[in-house]
Amino acid sequence: MTTTVNPPAAPAGTSPGPAARRARRKAVLHWIAVHSLGIAAALFFVLPFVFVVLTSLMSDQQALTRDLTPNSWHFENYAKVLGTEGFLTWWKNSLLYAGLGTVLVVVSSTPVAYALAKFRFRGRHLSMLLVIAMMMLPPQVVIIPMYLFWAKQMDLSGSLWPLIIPLAFGDAFAIFLLRQFLLTIPDEYVEAARIDGCGEVRTLLRIVLPMAKPGIAAVALFQFFYCWNDYFGPQIYASENPAAWTLSYGLESFKGAHHTDWNLTMAATVLVMAPVILVFFFAQKAFVEGVTLTGVKG
Amino acid sequence: MSTDTLPATEAAAPAASGPGGRNTLRAKRRRNALRTLAFMSPWLIGFGVFFAYPLVSTVYFSLMKYDGLNPPEWRGLGNWEYVFTSFPQFWPALRNTLWLCVVMVSCRVLFGLGIGMLITKIKTGAGIFRTLFYLPFLAPPVAATLAFVFLLNPGTGPVNALLEAAGLSAPAWFTDPAWAKPALTLLAVWGIGDLMVIFMAALLDVPKEQYEAAELDGAGPWQRFRHITLPNISPIVLFAVVTGIIGAMQYYTQPIVASKVASGVMGGSGVTFVPGYPDDSTLTLPQLVYSLGFSQFNYGAACVVALVLFAFSMAFTALLMRRRGGLIGSGD
Repeated sequence: MTTTVNPPAAPAGTSPGPAARRARRKAVLHWIAVHSLGIAAALFFVLPFVFVVLTSLMSDQQALTRDLTPNSWHFENYAKVLGTEGFLTWWKNSLLYAGLGTVLVVVSSTPVAYALAKFRFRGRHLSMLLVIAMMMLPPQVVIIPMYLFWAKQMDLSGSLWPLIIPLAFGDAFAIFLLRQFLLTIPDEYVEAARIDGCGEVRTLLRIVLPMAKPGIAAVALFQFFYCWNDYFGPQIYASENPAAWTLSYGLESFKGAHHTDWNLTMAATVLVMAPVILVFFFAQKAFVEGVTLTGVKG
Repeated sequence: MSTDTLPATEAAAPAASGPGGRNTLRAKRRRNALRTLAFMSPWLIGFGVFFAYPLVSTVYFSLMKYDGLNPPEWRGLGNWEYVFTSFPQFWPALRNTLWLCVVMVSCRVLFGLGIGMLITKIKTGAGIFRTLFYLPFLAPPVAATLAFVFLLNPGTGPVNALLEAAGLSAPAWFTDPAWAKPALTLLAVWGIGDLMVIFMAALLDVPKEQYEAAELDGAGPWQRFRHITLPNISPIVLFAVVTGIIGAMQYYTQPIVASKVASGVMGGSGVTFVPGYPDDSTLTLPQLVYSLGFSQFNYGAACVVALVLFAFSMAFTALLMRRRGGLIGSGD
């Protein structure tokens, strides 16, 4: 398998007999087949983005036609979207929710994950089961009491605080993921630190955290994306107050207000996708490692 | 750090175990318990306030008649009876969920596995291919859904333009009850990046020697897949299927946004939006919780649906943990 797929590397050291030539031709054909399939798949994944971007640059009239490419390029569509009332507020709110939420989740989940990974105590197994149960719990299951709590008792509906405050008390997915990562750090490091007289807090901060950086990066990224993409949360708590909307929630109403302007809607769509994709390009490795960790490790 | 100035707390305990040995041991145990409690405290509070309390409260409200204005009134199993026998949208939502579990999940798993296998075979430009395949997974769900409603809209959408140019019949996608779920499936299959990465890692873990031995024995590609690849990656396939089913139970943002945008009924337009457009074909249980609770203010019935959703989710989670003790195993 390994030597036959790469056509530039001919089977080394063999005289060009008919068998070798046949093997080589097979390898070339295999290479062509695999890469053609790859290109076809790539088109499937990329073309939607391409059509969205092309439509976002069309004129209002042309966006109502079946044309695939713009006749003239209207970059001012993006300026129009950014100038729409509320759009920049939604950006600010999304950044607040995602930024503050990420910091809170990392700070509050790390000690919990550390305890679950490195301490031995009664109830550890049960705690882990409950973490997983919470992780799998759809947010809609407890939304009625939660809404009543935040709206009636705390009087916080119409803001994003009902979404941000709970993140200061650990997030089940973050705890799970981080614990899986901390398990991969050998116990010897922790024990050595303890023998050297390091307290648990210092062991965590000085010894474990530096080694857990990739895990923490993955958790932070997932949380940032989760908050940025969250639609249900803002829909429940912020829908009554447009000043508290996030991009993900506001985008839909943007479509409502510009129902025939596909070009502007697609420009807004690009502006919501862009930050996430930019973040990904800067942190690709951490992200992919994190996804792998959810499925394979443990 | 001052390694040799501080006496090690743990190491000190046995040294002091002379006359007061038992006391120090007990003190140490207590200190350890307090330490564990301190480290666990954020989650313990979160668990109580944002999981245990609201869950109990959901059960309570499922037995009450409550609209948020008048005080709750005892209704017994009345809400349960209403949801199961007279609420017209409950069974369509369950049927849709079943459809999503069967069709959407298998499409995603098969396609994800195919793409995972393809990416392990690509030798030239593998990094670029991998990034391109992964990218759609990152598109925010609302934005991706909006994009697909546009791409698949029957009037001006590029997909139907291409289909018709190729001489094929063009479905009405999100506005046709028969095609709305397939359109959502297409969207779900587009965002396959997570499964691709998981399968890729699993495929690369299959021992090479097994393939080489099989090839020497004259096994063809299908036999190698059937007898070597599949047995090796089957835990991951199971993981993908079960998490896919859990995801299908919770499917919310994409169908509600798609039905809102395709039906043209938006927030603030004065018309109450009823999820499920067209003809309840995109309804799922979480959407029922939303519409019962937040547009019909029937909190009791909303809590009944929420508990049904809870029961299904926990059943599949239990299955996942039983079959893959690994999820909580000690990591070796």
